[in-house]
Amino acid sequence: MKSPIHFATAAFAAAIAATPLMAAELVKVDGSSTVFPVTEAVAEEFQKAEKGQTMVTVGISGTGGGFKKFCRGETDATGASRPIKAEEVALCKENGIEYIELPAALDALTVVINPKNDWVDFLTVDELKTMWEPAAQDTIKNWNQIRDGFPDRPLKLFGAGTDSGTYDYFVEAIIGEKSSRGDFTASEDDNVLVQGVASDVDAIGFFGLAYYEENQGKLKAVPISWKGADPVSPSVETAKNATYQPLSRPIFMYVNKKSADEKPHVVRFMEFYLSTEHAPELVKEVGYVPLPDKAYEMAQAKLAARTTGTVFEGAEVGVGVEELLARTPK
Amino acid sequence: MEADATRVVASGVRFQRLVAANRRTDIMMASIGILVLMVASALLASVLVDLILTGWPRLINPDFYTNFPSRKPEQAGIISAMVGTALVMLVTAVVSVPLAVAAGIYLEEYAPKNWLSDIIDINVSNLAGVPSIIYGLLALGLFVYGFGLGETILTAGLVLALLILPVIIVATREAIRSIPRDLREAAYGLGADKWQTVSHYVLPAARPGILTGTIVGLARAIGEAAPVITIGALTFIAFLPPPPVQSTPPFVNFDWLTSPFTVMPIQLFNWVSRPQAEFHINAAATGVVLMVMTLAMNGLAIYIRYQLRKHQRS
Repeated sequence: MKSPIHFATAAFAAAIAATPLMAAELVKVDGSSTVFPVTEAVAEEFQKAEKGQTMVTVGISGTGGGFKKFCRGETDATGASRPIKAEEVALCKENGIEYIELPAALDALTVVINPKNDWVDFLTVDELKTMWEPAAQDTIKNWNQIRDGFPDRPLKLFGAGTDSGTYDYFVEAIIGEKSSRGDFTASEDDNVLVQGVASDVDAIGFFGLAYYEENQGKLKAVPISWKGADPVSPSVETAKNATYQPLSRPIFMYVNKKSADEKPHVVRFMEFYLSTEHAPELVKEVGYVPLPDKAYEMAQAKLAARTTGTVFEGAEVGVGVEELLARTPK
Repeated sequence: MEADATRVVASGVRFQRLVAANRRTDIMMASIGILVLMVASALLASVLVDLILTGWPRLINPDFYTNFPSRKPEQAGIISAMVGTALVMLVTAVVSVPLAVAAGIYLEEYAPKNWLSDIIDINVSNLAGVPSIIYGLLALGLFVYGFGLGETILTAGLVLALLILPVIIVATREAIRSIPRDLREAAYGLGADKWQTVSHYVLPAARPGILTGTIVGLARAIGEAAPVITIGALTFIAFLPPPPVQSTPPFVNFDWLTSPFTVMPIQLFNWVSRPQAEFHINAAATGVVLMVMTLAMNGLAIYIRYQLRKHQRS
């Protein structure tokens, strides 16, 4: 079997002849696939601006998988679609990893229905809770159980997979518990949910704003009313000015303090990530909501001051990103 | 006499009926076979045609093959994924084929028939059915952290090699088992010892079967995303590993083994899950290229088999 292997080696080697050399300076980023499009966009432009001196690599191990690597000191920064959890804080502490918690962008979780659905004009958080809470399993099966006046039609639920940060945030914001009912159509691929809701008049589902905006002809977004306030439709503006609540959420970048102290190129990368000059445009381009300008400034200041720790104590919802940045971390 | 003649005629008629019935069964089985084959080919063809039609605008754009990933779907390319996949498959083939063939030969030719061999036997068959993510977790613990190999092309090649070892071992054993006993007896009769018999007669005769198993195994490995993500393959990477060949002595360079990388299925998976429809076009085009790479690999194996046969004859 010797000759075929040699032959294969030669063939593969020939196929990849001219290749540029690896760059010396490397920024290693991993983490959530929700944050990935933003980091990819920033990395692409940052590499251009650095003229090849610095290279950025981005993985998609997921928020949890990303924190596992980050807290072992394997990555310089990690993306997260939810705040760091207590056990991850403990793991980082155990390994002596200090981190700077920074907002990367905003996302508006959008509740969507089929365009042919003519009975829903808005929904309250309580109505959503009635639909999704664990007690609803096997009992809430019809639209007329949600509100008087809704038609006698079956209720069909579509949602993010239970492993995702999107699911965690929705459940926390709407139900205030750790889990929802189990009898809904779940998918890790939001495009599957788009197809599901777009092809069923009785369907209702939720996912990130970008998936709604790319499929506006096929879906209708539901305005949400929280704590008796007027219903608010999800949009870039209402997420940015924190009026679309409680489903607006920041997504995060956690930066290793040691990397920031020892590697100037990691700091340059994060400064680029948070610059009002580049970030808002890049974030918008990939379908997310940029932070308010003031939040970018506050985040820059936090990075410069190397303020470590998290401002979250357990999960919180409905807090504006500026308010979060103004807090003193533990 | 007359009675005898009648009996002969009667048995002749019975014989003819039997032949006709058997022929009917033959024709029926052949048609079922052709039907199944056609359904399978039609499925593959429709998937391929659908992907080609969707991905066409990207497939005909040379930038797609030379650009790195990008946030702009019309500028995004697959160069890093293609190179990553090619290098990982190279490691996988170099590691898995010799190991698996050696294991297959040992189990078939040398292993004593006892309980230990039985256990190994059962384990090999079971391993072929273990989900690939399990191999990824094993590799993360053993290769990445245990041996400190890191999140490199070498680690990815090794984990995929582990993944397809059972497939090639089973194929090797089947191929060896199908060699007629007479061939061995003839070799022994001429005074060849066991190893001479195996290396000069059994292995060359078993080569087509082994190569087929290798193709099946590598075709499985090239499409795997889960174990490769688990060991830390990247998604965005805008540089290539150092080339394995260089113009200065010693002409080969093994630095690429320790390079970070991405592979085609990860790139495909990432683009499929994006909200923008333009990225779905890229994903389709990536699917076509992945299929072409698989076909090229098969083509290479068939070519090698052809070359070996020619050598054998001369």
